[in-house]
Amino acid sequence: MSVNGQSQTHDVEPRTLLVHHIRENVGLTGTNIGCDTSSCGACTVHVDGQSVKSCTMLAMQAEGTAITTIEGLAGEARADGSATGEQNWHPMQEAFQQCHALQCGYCTPGMVMAATSFLKENASPTEHEVREGLEGNLCRCTGYHNIVKAVLSAAGES
Amino acid sequence: MIPAAFDYKVADSAEAAISMLGEYGDDAKLLAGGHSLIPMMKFRLATPTVLVDVGRVSDLNYIRQDNGHLAIGAMTRHTEVEHSDVVKSAAPMLAHVASLVGDPSVRHRGTLGGTLAHSDPASDLPAAVLALGGTIVAQGPGGSREIAASDFFTGFFESVLAADEIITEVRIPTSTGGWNYQKFNRRAQDWAIVGVGVAEGGAGVSLVNMGSTPLRARAVEEAVAGGASAAEAAELAADGAEPMDDNNADAAYRTHLAKVLTRRALEAAGVS
Repeated sequence: MSVNGQSQTHDVEPRTLLVHHIRENVGLTGTNIGCDTSSCGACTVHVDGQSVKSCTMLAMQAEGTAITTIEGLAGEARADGSATGEQNWHPMQEAFQQCHALQCGYCTPGMVMAATSFLKENASPTEHEVREGLEGNLCRCTGYHNIVKAVLSAAGES
Repeated sequence: MIPAAFDYKVADSAEAAISMLGEYGDDAKLLAGGHSLIPMMKFRLATPTVLVDVGRVSDLNYIRQDNGHLAIGAMTRHTEVEHSDVVKSAAPMLAHVASLVGDPSVRHRGTLGGTLAHSDPASDLPAAVLALGGTIVAQGPGGSREIAASDFFTGFFESVLAADEIITEVRIPTSTGGWNYQKFNRRAQDWAIVGVGVAEGGAGVSLVNMGSTPLRARAVEEAVAGGASAAEAAELAADGAEPMDDNNADAAYRTHLAKVLTRRALEAAGVS
């Protein structure tokens, strides 16, 4: 598989979950483990560009796919090649910062990954559609209001 | 939580999967999207010793219109059913119900064949296929057979599928009548406490989570066919159903809910 554009080869036990593979074998710990029951979305990554809960996918199922984690999103070049800010953040990450769309931050990587996948399917959503589109991601600080604002702001920008 | 150890095999075709199921017998399970099976394996409610991964059999991922029906390959993901213009036009209820399953990330992985084979009475799509009068095509070592959805589900997480059979296709008659789907739950992404599907202006009516299998509400269908009003027909919604008590609701509440939701669904589908 490739992870954030880099080809990776590992031997894994078949029962290894994708989230454990990403954190322990690949060594990228930005992807969090929350509920571990595909409810909370903290472990959301992209598999071939679509959001997936990586606690509910075997690493073996991702063989040959392209995985993007929160670490890889920042480096994703913009269509026009322009860099934004010191870290070349993704517009969604900028929007989360500007709208203060996080409190404790635990759900944030998953929220950002789910939100970027959602905007690929619905580029100019209504507020209600954003809320429905993020129904698989829980913020236990209950800071949804600014998260929704951030997604709408990022949608307006793209 | 980590599943118990198993061997992982990749099948690159339906035939390869059938042959592996024959070889490994009852110890093997098919893995499609994995969004029902993997959680059960993590809780150790399922402990297959061999997983046969059919999730990447691309031959089984298609949506097309054949003679008077919609044909959907078993490995078609919920997100593809939800967004397909072909499905939206030929069987809009199916596209709508697909959009209500779990959440977007779940729908990126879950498959139509997988949810039918899993046969969970609380799932949305099996009930939609029932209401729409769908047919399930299963392939085994001896060839293919067509099974009416109304004959498919036999018990709690059980179907007529043999241990060495795989669902290859789901067929839905092109649907033009009024339809509606009522899903009652308390939180986003939950399963329905009770759900009701109405297709073809009340000719097909199905119930979610009102017994050990997805159910057809035949008494309601017959009443509608006999000219009953939505309110009259809905009173029969729980006839023959055996809803369970659980943390969300007891059987009496579910029975009440089935009647209310059936009336709403019938009215929205154009039954006055």
